[in-house]
Amino acid sequence: MTTTALPTYEDATARFEPVIGLETHVELGTQTKMFCGCRTEFGAEPNTQVCPVCLALPGALPVANRAGIEATIRIGLALNCEIATWCRMARKNYFYPDMPKNFQTSQYDEPLCTDGYVDVEFEGKQYRIGIERVHLEEDTGKTLHVGGATGRIQGATESLVDYNRAGIPLVEIVTKPVPGLGALAPEIAKAYVTELRDIIRSLGVSDVRMEQGSLRCDVNTSLNKPGEEWGTRTETKNVNSLRSVERAVRSEIIRQASLLDEGVRIIQETRHFHEDRGNTSPGRSKETATDYRYFPEPDLVPIAPDPAWVAELKAALPERPSSKRARLREEWGISEIDMQSVANAGAVELIEETIAAGASPAGARKWWMGELARRANETGIELADIGATPAQVAELQKLVDAGKLNDKLARSVLEGVVAGEGDPAAVMAARGLEVVNDEGALTAAVDEAIAANPDIAAKIREGKVAAAGALVGAVMKTTRGQADAKAVRDLILARLS
Amino acid sequence: MAAISREEVAHLARLSRLAVTEQELDQFAGQLDVILQSVARVGEVAADDIPPTSHSVPLTNVYRDDVPQPSLTQDEALSGAPDAFDGRFRVPRILDEEA
Repeated sequence: MTTTALPTYEDATARFEPVIGLETHVELGTQTKMFCGCRTEFGAEPNTQVCPVCLALPGALPVANRAGIEATIRIGLALNCEIATWCRMARKNYFYPDMPKNFQTSQYDEPLCTDGYVDVEFEGKQYRIGIERVHLEEDTGKTLHVGGATGRIQGATESLVDYNRAGIPLVEIVTKPVPGLGALAPEIAKAYVTELRDIIRSLGVSDVRMEQGSLRCDVNTSLNKPGEEWGTRTETKNVNSLRSVERAVRSEIIRQASLLDEGVRIIQETRHFHEDRGNTSPGRSKETATDYRYFPEPDLVPIAPDPAWVAELKAALPERPSSKRARLREEWGISEIDMQSVANAGAVELIEETIAAGASPAGARKWWMGELARRANETGIELADIGATPAQVAELQKLVDAGKLNDKLARSVLEGVVAGEGDPAAVMAARGLEVVNDEGALTAAVDEAIAANPDIAAKIREGKVAAAGALVGAVMKTTRGQADAKAVRDLILARLS
Repeated sequence: MAAISREEVAHLARLSRLAVTEQELDQFAGQLDVILQSVARVGEVAADDIPPTSHSVPLTNVYRDDVPQPSLTQDEALSGAPDAFDGRFRVPRILDEEA
């Protein structure tokens, strides 16, 4: 076993050219599974969303979900693909208990969508990633390995299987091999998956959440010396975050460069990415395509999308997220990085609607990206489901602009809105939250604070204006935070000048 | 000539996770050969004017609406399983494979 130090990334990419390819699986957000009417809710009790079809009980027959077909075609169209006029589902045969049928219904040589592309922007430059195919298949069940210490299959004595996920429509998007990216390969890979996620999210066909597994990514990587043929590729699975896409490609480039340096041949294999260590380890040896003995699924009739329907779906595609972002970024007057955080938080449409409801761009962004995004992060709830609507956020901001709420009170009101206590005005009334604008009450509170703190008052009289903060604090306390801090400060300074 | 070799039967057995003895390999190779030869006879009568047929009914686009139907209960789902634990199907471990 040699102990040669790994080459640095810079060194590896100076001597080798990477070729990458990405296979992305998207779980569709349909109400029901692809071939039966079982629900698809995430987190249900095990084996409660199953039926004779998805459990493969004898005699059960599948019928395709129209919404799954439509969503796949819309994804294909959004990725500039050709849509097949006639194609079939296929059986992918394999023996593993994650599918009770002993095969997965998938597509083989007749995918629904072929030959498209995605334009990805990175640091001001555009890169075109070719799309080989987009096909429809079904997700598998979840296996839990028990009896071993590690929860992995080695050492496990048995597996426990939950088939709730088995049969949920899954769309696989495969890129063409992407050469010529050089050292930027990891970052472009990440930018591609980000763009793909945004496009699919804009279509409303999936919640595309990597951490919940509704967006999953396999990364193929190979290295070759300049001018030579492409090398043997490895396929890295288990890449479960956008950051991991970048790290997986980077670590695989370094690993392969180190092997090639030692004259070791790269073997075509599946590798697993380890989030904690940031590197990959070998997985199971893959069965070859012939081992899967693909054949046309006899229980499902061919899919022949009517060209008129496809044209209709194409005409109704939403604005491309990248163009939309560029347009909104200009309108909102924010930086590219800020816009990217808005997109990552899933807040583009929410902020857009809040502005349409009358808020300023800055005001709308402040609430969605501040208080509400924090809450979404903490609870793991999507921002769109957080409990506040764009109209309510716009109303809240209007109350702040009108001086009826200060920042602190607005937060309490928002808390009430999120808790389902009603619209901002109603929460304000119910909780008795309003800025005290009553001049008399404020003056009394200010005088009281001055009388209670003679030393501080003396300092302010001597011109130490900074000391006013302590008195403002005292007034805010007696008014239970319901005064406008700036007005209080002005009043204090006026009394002591 | 046999339509399927002994090695191919052994390979299929491996893919199917079936433990097949040496003696059974000979036996199954022979039986599968008979089946394959019989099916192959269909090819003899199929002329160029007969396209390969995957479906016996001339239908396309048979879909259902995306409307939930009742599922089985957990008890019903597991009632036919040889073994279950904690609401899940319990199966022997699978060797040499990573989930």
